[in-house]
Amino acid sequence: MKNEIHNSELVLRGLIQENTIFRQAISLCPAIAVTSTVKNGFMMGIAVLFVQVMVNVTVSSVRRYIHPRIRLPIFMLISSGWVTVTDLCIHAYAPDIYAQLGLYIQLIVAFASILAAAESFASKNGIVASLFDGIGRGTGFTIALVAISAVRELLGKGTILDIPVLFGSKPLLIMVLPAGGFITAGFLMALFNYLDDKHSKKAAQCR
Amino acid sequence: MSHEFLHLLEIVIASSLINNFVFTRFLGLCIFFGVSKKTETAVGMSITFTAVMMVSAAASWIVFNFIMLPLHLEFLKIVVFIGVVAGLVQASDTIMKKIAPALFHKLGVYLALISTNCIILAVPIICVDEKYSFLEGIALGLGSGLGFALALILMASLRERLELANIPKPFRGLPIAFIITGMVALAFTGFSGLIAE
Repeated sequence: MKNEIHNSELVLRGLIQENTIFRQAISLCPAIAVTSTVKNGFMMGIAVLFVQVMVNVTVSSVRRYIHPRIRLPIFMLISSGWVTVTDLCIHAYAPDIYAQLGLYIQLIVAFASILAAAESFASKNGIVASLFDGIGRGTGFTIALVAISAVRELLGKGTILDIPVLFGSKPLLIMVLPAGGFITAGFLMALFNYLDDKHSKKAAQCR
Repeated sequence: MSHEFLHLLEIVIASSLINNFVFTRFLGLCIFFGVSKKTETAVGMSITFTAVMMVSAAASWIVFNFIMLPLHLEFLKIVVFIGVVAGLVQASDTIMKKIAPALFHKLGVYLALISTNCIILAVPIICVDEKYSFLEGIALGLGSGLGFALALILMASLRERLELANIPKPFRGLPIAFIITGMVALAFTGFSGLIAE
């Protein structure tokens, strides 16, 4: 039972306190690049979630056999292996999505967040804990991507998941353009900061 | 000959202005937001980046076309390119330490940082996907490097001024940097008509 609480805490930490996009502000490239529609953002999030979990589990299961001095190249090797797996799978089963996401899926390998998780968590903790840590971080990333892409698709095209939502209004072209991605991410980050600030103040008052 | 040169120039301009890595392809954002706080570091960083990009484009082109294609190992390109880039960065780190210690002290920190950067890795991957020739690959590296340098230095000088502005608290730091990048990106869309299709 105690262990379960521990694991759910790990997931929550990756989701909120150490949210990759809004908090740590690393691995930002895909957050802007693929978020012009919810579908793309979601697929990218799932790809990252998969790679993150698998890398965490792999690193943690071989952590005793890696010499500390060569650990970074080994981590890179493990993550590039899993990225290749993801890349080939998506290429085979969802070619239309791959056409839009291809380059960015290959570049998951250079994600600071995945390497950071392997280095700071998975190389020191057990397999189960690393699994949940990976799930938390991956889901946090997916949620951030979906949030950004939902705003952009709604304002830029007037649709959510290709279903028209906004009737009788002209969509703002700027939101689907690259510039819109940056601006949306900026505003969402500010919102996250604001809510977090408010929340921590409230927590302080309760005490 | 001159026609070929023009073609290379076109690639340089296209990759630096029209398909600017930061503003239209969204690569290297971590570094972009990380080191764009001071103009001086931004300049050092962009010099290192441009050099490493050109060399890694050349090296990975050779590896891909002379080793991986004959052996049908194309599917390993991610793993191999990461290795090539990391090895190259490590090598230049060591060589620079021996030959130019002064330069190493200025730029050494950045060298270690860039081995795992997506923007460096993207050059060889784009190169292979577009089936560029050797010279075209180097031109792509040069153009992307210059484009990144331009973006970095622009942003650094903007952010230095931003330090003095009175920004609402939740927007301080990264959020406002993002919004400003958005504005600059909007300006960069103006370049998209530069080369006729």
